[in-house]
Amino acid sequence: MKVELRNLTKIFPSRNKKSGEEVVAVNDFTFTIPDGKLVGLLGPSGCGKSTTLYMISGLQKPSSGQIFFGEEDVTELSPENRGVGLVFQNYALYPHLTVKQNILFPLQNLKGADKLTKDEMLEKAEYAAKLVQIDELMDRKPSELSGGQQQRVAIARALVKMPRVLLLDEPLSNLDARLRLQTREEIRRIQKETGITTVFVTHDQEEAMSISDMIVVMKLGVLQQIGKPQDIYDDPTNLFVAKFLGTPPINVFSGRVEGGKLYIGEDAVLDVPAIEDKNVTVGVRPEGFIPDENGAFTCLLSNIEVMGRDMSIVCKNEASLNPIVRAIVNSDIKVDYSKVNVKFALKPHKVFIFDAETEERIYF
Amino acid sequence: MVDSKQQWKAWLYLSPAVVLLLIFTVWPIYNTIKMSLLEGFTTMGSVNGVQYQFGFGNFTRVLQYPGFITCLKNTVLLCVLTVPISTFLALLIAVCLNAIRPLQRLLQTIFFLPYVTNSIAIGMVFAAMFNMIMGGGARPDSVGIINNVLEALGLNYINWLNYGSSYWANIAVMVVYIVWNALPFKILILLGGLQSVNKQYYDAAKVDGTSKVRTFTRITVPLLSPMIAYVVITGFIGGFKEYSSIVGIFGESMGPVGNPYSLDTMVGFIYRAIGNQEGTASAAALILFAIIFVVTMINLAVSKKNTHY
Repeated sequence: MKVELRNLTKIFPSRNKKSGEEVVAVNDFTFTIPDGKLVGLLGPSGCGKSTTLYMISGLQKPSSGQIFFGEEDVTELSPENRGVGLVFQNYALYPHLTVKQNILFPLQNLKGADKLTKDEMLEKAEYAAKLVQIDELMDRKPSELSGGQQQRVAIARALVKMPRVLLLDEPLSNLDARLRLQTREEIRRIQKETGITTVFVTHDQEEAMSISDMIVVMKLGVLQQIGKPQDIYDDPTNLFVAKFLGTPPINVFSGRVEGGKLYIGEDAVLDVPAIEDKNVTVGVRPEGFIPDENGAFTCLLSNIEVMGRDMSIVCKNEASLNPIVRAIVNSDIKVDYSKVNVKFALKPHKVFIFDAETEERIYF
Repeated sequence: MVDSKQQWKAWLYLSPAVVLLLIFTVWPIYNTIKMSLLEGFTTMGSVNGVQYQFGFGNFTRVLQYPGFITCLKNTVLLCVLTVPISTFLALLIAVCLNAIRPLQRLLQTIFFLPYVTNSIAIGMVFAAMFNMIMGGGARPDSVGIINNVLEALGLNYINWLNYGSSYWANIAVMVVYIVWNALPFKILILLGGLQSVNKQYYDAAKVDGTSKVRTFTRITVPLLSPMIAYVVITGFIGGFKEYSSIVGIFGESMGPVGNPYSLDTMVGFIYRAIGNQEGTASAAALILFAIIFVVTMINLAVSKKNTHY
């Protein structure tokens, strides 16, 4: 089911009546989530990603704008009539019911023509449980399960009615690092198997990049960029997106364009004939550095971290806006440790230039 | 664990409580048991040097005393009627209070007021509401505010608690009064429980299309079950000690004019035995204790099955 948001806006009234300032949690969102895709809403806390998710679920009403599932306008529909499955951040499994009863719960709510027989319900519950691989645990209480197992039960409960759209709020934030890795693969697999359009919220860019077909980057209620993870990484529209995506993070320098050349400090690192003279902010991905004796960009060598396949050259540069500059290079490359300075050539497609004032991307 | 060398310190800090408990709880209990086992014991006689025989006569006397069965029947009847009614009403009011936003604080305070009001005073007000003032004519001069309401609804007035009133009318008045009196504490506990229930359970239920009734029976009640068990158990314990509420409505005669002691309770029985037959009073107190103990054990066993912590 395709999900379409049109000019979606959510304004929360101010808590403090005196100041009367409203909070715009979600500001004029328009985007389409294609059918059968896994989409990550990504942004730092307070960017409105959970609010967007809850508006899609129907638990929160938009202040203005519309939501479409396929061609159907669901803006005014209550949650139960939208056909959504929602997995809460802390799972919200009913503690007094067993796993089986939890999964059966949504089915038992069906009325009238949709009403199922007991056998049909059990069959569906067992299918959902098998899908998330918890069919062995059906008679346990949630308190007897690990975090990862609870997560699966919550997904099974959300899936059992075969919703049109599956929504997950920070699905991995309550899991430890190892389980997180495993569970995100699991979510990807379940989504592929069922083909249900899935939207999940996360503040972890790695999580979003690794499993999403498409990510939506948000900041302070404003949409920043939508696209395939790799496309956004390779082609960020502004400094925020460039900084938010990628581990280790992008190296940021203050620089300037003068006479068709890009300067970082006093080093003319690239030819940019199309850009007029101005002050800019330069982002260079860690993998965009090539150690080169004749390279244009000089840094003060700090230390080298070897990670087997790759190594990090950690250095300092006066123009850097981060405390350190980190270059990741193939460990085959020999670096002379004894030198004070290290020289790099830059890969042009790993270098992004942003307006120093607006932080918008300047293409070259 | 406290280091064994440090244990005297733990005892030192506990000592004020232990000393008070020994004086005001353990010693009286010991004495109650002792008095109950001395045939026909009275304090007066004991002071005058009378020696009493050991035996179970006090217990048999209590059980054979005709008034005792009335007391037991009234006590059990009031318990069985008021505890479920007050628990159900308190649950309903707590859920409603929890659902509203404006005026919640104000209403919460209003519902709690009976708890901090003297129960005898409330009893007198209730008595006045049900009371009839007789005149010379066939119809009383005043039938009381409750009967006024009944008549406004097209019903006949009822003699609730005056001379010649029926036992069940008296019980009805007591049930209304006791339930009203018991509500605040129960509402407080249940509302506290409701407010600590994670809102996401309700969001989850909403997304799943759970009806209001089903949400209440399948989510709210089970999640509140520890609090419900608590108010039911304490309700029964309090109910078996019912006394002052009856004094509040009917005075120390424990019944309407012309039919004294018809609403007598266990504690009423014990109080009247104090002062002339302490042996009997002690035996009755121990019997009451045994009843409360058994009922509480049954309550705990039932709630264990149905409570989800």
